[in-house]
Amino acid sequence: MEKFGFKLSKPRVIDFDRNDKSVAEFIHANEPSFRLCIECGGCSATCTAGNFIPFSLRELHILLKRGETEKVKDNIEKCMLCGKCSLVCPRGVNTRNIIELAKRAFKIPELHAV
Amino acid sequence: MQFDPFVIPFNIGLYFILIYAVVRSIIWFRDLSRPDKLRLQRGFFGKAFGQSLKEIFLESLIHRKILRTNPRLGYMHMSLAFGWFLLILFGTIEADIFGEKHLNPPYKAIFFKFFNPEHGITGFEAAYAFLMDLILLFILSGLFLAVIKRFTPKVVGMKKSTKLKSLDKLALTSLWLIFPARLIAESLTSGEYSTGSFLTGSIGSWLATFLPAGELAYPFWWLYSLSLGTFFILLPVTRYLHIPAELFLIFMRNSGIRTGDKAGSYSEIQAHSCSSCGICIDQCQMNFSAGINNIQPAYLIKAIRGNEDTSEIAMNCLMCGRCDQKCPVGIEISAVRMIQRREVYSGPEFRNTWKGYFRLRNGDHTPKPNGHHVYDYLPEVAAAEKTDILYFAGCMTHLTPAVSRSMVKILDASGLKWSFLDKDGGACCGRPLMLAGNDREARELINHTSELIWKSGAHTLVTSCPICYKVFRESYYLDIEVLHHTQFIKNLIDEDLVRMNFLHKRVAYHTPCELGRGTQVYNEPKDVIRHVAILEETGYEDENSLCCGGSLGNIKISYRDRQKIAVDAAARLTSRNPEILITSCPLCKKTLSAATPTKVADISEIVAEAVIIPKTEKTSLKHSLPVAEAVNIF
Repeated sequence: MEKFGFKLSKPRVIDFDRNDKSVAEFIHANEPSFRLCIECGGCSATCTAGNFIPFSLRELHILLKRGETEKVKDNIEKCMLCGKCSLVCPRGVNTRNIIELAKRAFKIPELHAV
Repeated sequence: MQFDPFVIPFNIGLYFILIYAVVRSIIWFRDLSRPDKLRLQRGFFGKAFGQSLKEIFLESLIHRKILRTNPRLGYMHMSLAFGWFLLILFGTIEADIFGEKHLNPPYKAIFFKFFNPEHGITGFEAAYAFLMDLILLFILSGLFLAVIKRFTPKVVGMKKSTKLKSLDKLALTSLWLIFPARLIAESLTSGEYSTGSFLTGSIGSWLATFLPAGELAYPFWWLYSLSLGTFFILLPVTRYLHIPAELFLIFMRNSGIRTGDKAGSYSEIQAHSCSSCGICIDQCQMNFSAGINNIQPAYLIKAIRGNEDTSEIAMNCLMCGRCDQKCPVGIEISAVRMIQRREVYSGPEFRNTWKGYFRLRNGDHTPKPNGHHVYDYLPEVAAAEKTDILYFAGCMTHLTPAVSRSMVKILDASGLKWSFLDKDGGACCGRPLMLAGNDREARELINHTSELIWKSGAHTLVTSCPICYKVFRESYYLDIEVLHHTQFIKNLIDEDLVRMNFLHKRVAYHTPCELGRGTQVYNEPKDVIRHVAILEETGYEDENSLCCGGSLGNIKISYRDRQKIAVDAAARLTSRNPEILITSCPLCKKTLSAATPTKVADISEIVAEAVIIPKTEKTSLKHSLPVAEAVNIF
């Protein structure tokens, strides 16, 4: 079959209604400071792991809230839990607990069985 | 043979608890690891045995440590424990001397007065009865304090009393009933026969004036026996198991057994040895500064015993170690808590069987390591330039660059050959992961940093962060000297490698938890400070030092509660208005400086300000005089 250089692209629409928000809800239920984040990026700027790789808590935070958990699942374990992010956070978000809760949420099967 | 049906409840209770103790100790012994079994055997036939007996007398009976911490609370515990012991001891002797024959069954001694109502009228008998009354009065005075403490803890000098389970309350009621029931039963019998000494005799004769003493005595003897029997049967499922468990704990500790990393017999015995006295609650800053009072060791241990989910309680702790210092039973609370943290996701499961009388292990469910590396993104360690002294700032020091700048200045002034390991930011030391119970992940970081250190060829590793210092000392396999920067500066001063001016400042020193209680470095920082400034006391010295509230040990506490602890700690530390509050931990510095208007500085900063930069060749060419470099940090 001839290839004409055309293909069917995957749709790139983010459908918030269909996304899996269960992880974000689990975190929010256990750590209310989750919603205080203003996505300033202070955490990503100071991050020890972010010094080696493009690891950004701010990005993961946004993805979690949008319900795009796949990338979070692949990256959340790269955190070293050193705690600098919680010290620089201007909103007093308990970042380390959010990371621990996210890790735990991915280990609970019924939470992300979508 | 003297016998009466009312002794049956007591007999059932007594023989039940004796059989239970034997079965339980066999299970505990079986669960010990092989080296621990050998330690225990060696301890049993060695010097440890004598030490244990001495300790049991001083701690389990006299309660010396509680007496020191809080005399009124200590008296309460002492009168109940030591008094009861004396009552049993002298009661047995009394039954042996004055009873109808020698070697009586235990109930004869306990209910001696019932079976020998006419005893104690003249001479030696009366003197003995006086002694028994005195002991009973001693116990009753303690019981009186205990009842008051339950309702108003402040009277015995406690801010909070522990909350109890319903079974505990039942056991407590039966315990409280034992001695008043004995008093009234003995008094009524004495009243009927006109015997008894100053306490039972006088109460008895007074009661006999308006009551039919003879008929009323019998129900009280039943009550006495019933409350004893109930107490014995409930003992294994309530906190009163601490009475026998503490004896095991003392023997095992003196034999050299320690808590270790995993749950086992020893950690379980420790959990059962807790008397819920509540001294840890009063010590806890989360209680007295932030008002969080459901996570203290007494409650953690209660949850462990009840097989409840401990993950929230175990994680919600600053790990400052203040409670470890004060526990009168000597439970290694932080180690027990760390075991619970590691077991949040995996680890052996326990179940309570036989209505909670036995806590058995369900088998080990620790997942096998799957070879999956989390931190494989860390760069390969290249061969580094050889150096003598390696400086590792640590994550927290990178957040407080004044500390690392000061250290650079001091190291340069010393003229030693040194290099900065994580100048552009290195990996984390691994301690925060360990504190969260993720030992496997922490090990990856430890391996990475160890490799960096080995390849540098240094003989001394200096770090500015007590958190890193603790993990370097305890969990890294390094064959080089590890120093905290306070120790390093002390060495420099002792060897005359740096010279310093004296700054006429009144300063106070805050001992960080990880450096003080964590690694026992108390004196070096103070010696260094005395070289450069006037050190004043804070009232929270050494083992009694406070936590700044910033601790990485707690990942659950909210920012607001952290801030409450920090503000309270800072206010206590600066109550005598020092010009500068000095600490030796970058995390403490960061937390405290946001919580007080007083200037907060790391020890390296004042040293760097005071240090005299030695003449370099360039300046000597110009024939200028050595002058102290003017740095105006303060």
